[in-house]
Amino acid sequence: MRWLLLLLGGVLLGGIVHLATVMMVPRTATQDAYARLTPIAPVNAVAQIPAPQPDKAVMTFMDPAFALAVCRYDLSEGSLKFSVPVSQAYTSVTFYTRYNVAYYAINDRAAGRRVIELDLMTPEQRAQLPEEEDVTAADRLIVESPTTTGLIAVRALAPEPGQMPMARAALQAAKCQRAN
Amino acid sequence: MRLLIGSLFAFAIAAVVGLGATWLSLTNNVAFGALTIGSWTAWPRTGTADADPYARAAIARTGQLPTGLGDGVAFLARQDDDGRPLDGRCVVTLSGITPAARFWTLTLYDLEGRLVANTLGRYGFTSQELVRHTDGSFEITVAPRASDGNWLPTGGIERYLLMLRLYDTPIGVATRAGREAPMPQIAAKECP
Repeated sequence: MRWLLLLLGGVLLGGIVHLATVMMVPRTATQDAYARLTPIAPVNAVAQIPAPQPDKAVMTFMDPAFALAVCRYDLSEGSLKFSVPVSQAYTSVTFYTRYNVAYYAINDRAAGRRVIELDLMTPEQRAQLPEEEDVTAADRLIVESPTTTGLIAVRALAPEPGQMPMARAALQAAKCQRAN
Repeated sequence: MRLLIGSLFAFAIAAVVGLGATWLSLTNNVAFGALTIGSWTAWPRTGTADADPYARAAIARTGQLPTGLGDGVAFLARQDDDGRPLDGRCVVTLSGITPAARFWTLTLYDLEGRLVANTLGRYGFTSQELVRHTDGSFEITVAPRASDGNWLPTGGIERYLLMLRLYDTPIGVATRAGREAPMPQIAAKECP
């Protein structure tokens, strides 16, 4: 009876250990996408990420049909302005937290313009926006980042391999810079 | 003394159960909210801020940036329609149609999410590249040796994964499996 109770207690405790370790994984992972991008992506600037190859890819599960550029951001000094001209086929912008969770994504059609323009800020920075700017906010797309640091990934599709240079060219024109 | 041995016993059980369950859940993709259609499974909620702790752990451990839901949805296949793991030495045929989407891409990965080397330098197809039947349906042959039509080389590796990503698609968190989302069938033959 006593051992049965201890066994039951152990299993219950094991459940807690399980939940705690699963929650800890993102914070302790050393080879997550953010860590892999850190050496090649400067802060608050757009970095072009090389296309994946069998023997060499920056991240896992990259889509080889897409050109990819990344802006590794840090909002501690202030908000950011991001813009990218849409490519011929399909362009998307995805925002990731420091722990690689995609909290917001938009594509060219949803943006509805030739250039996708977004303001990225923390909830605190948004709360501090002057009133008059809030009035014009209707035509500004404001994205709130849940973490101070994170990643913006811009993807441009090359429907056929020959269109990769054009997709890449659209991403070359992407901008990611501090707003004043 | 009995108390000490008893506690050690309970702690040992806790460690084995807890760490074992964590390891199992990380190696088996157990995120919530799976949408399974045929042999294909997607986790639309993994591409949002509502991603559950299992999805977050899997994303961090594998080193990927998941497809955001406003961008698209990624369907993963590990097995054919008979439940056998996808084997790069077999001739596997994908046939049928895909759910509505502006574009889609199909990519072949090894179990670690790397592309697989082959002489053609082809790692997948986009919806624009395919040769289709007149009714819009298609067939893709995933095989080690060259074949007619849409050939996706496997490089002869033993196990692989197929990922079909739908971009700009109505498929999402609210989608239920059924007629609204027809995914290609996967049939294997000529296994060694």
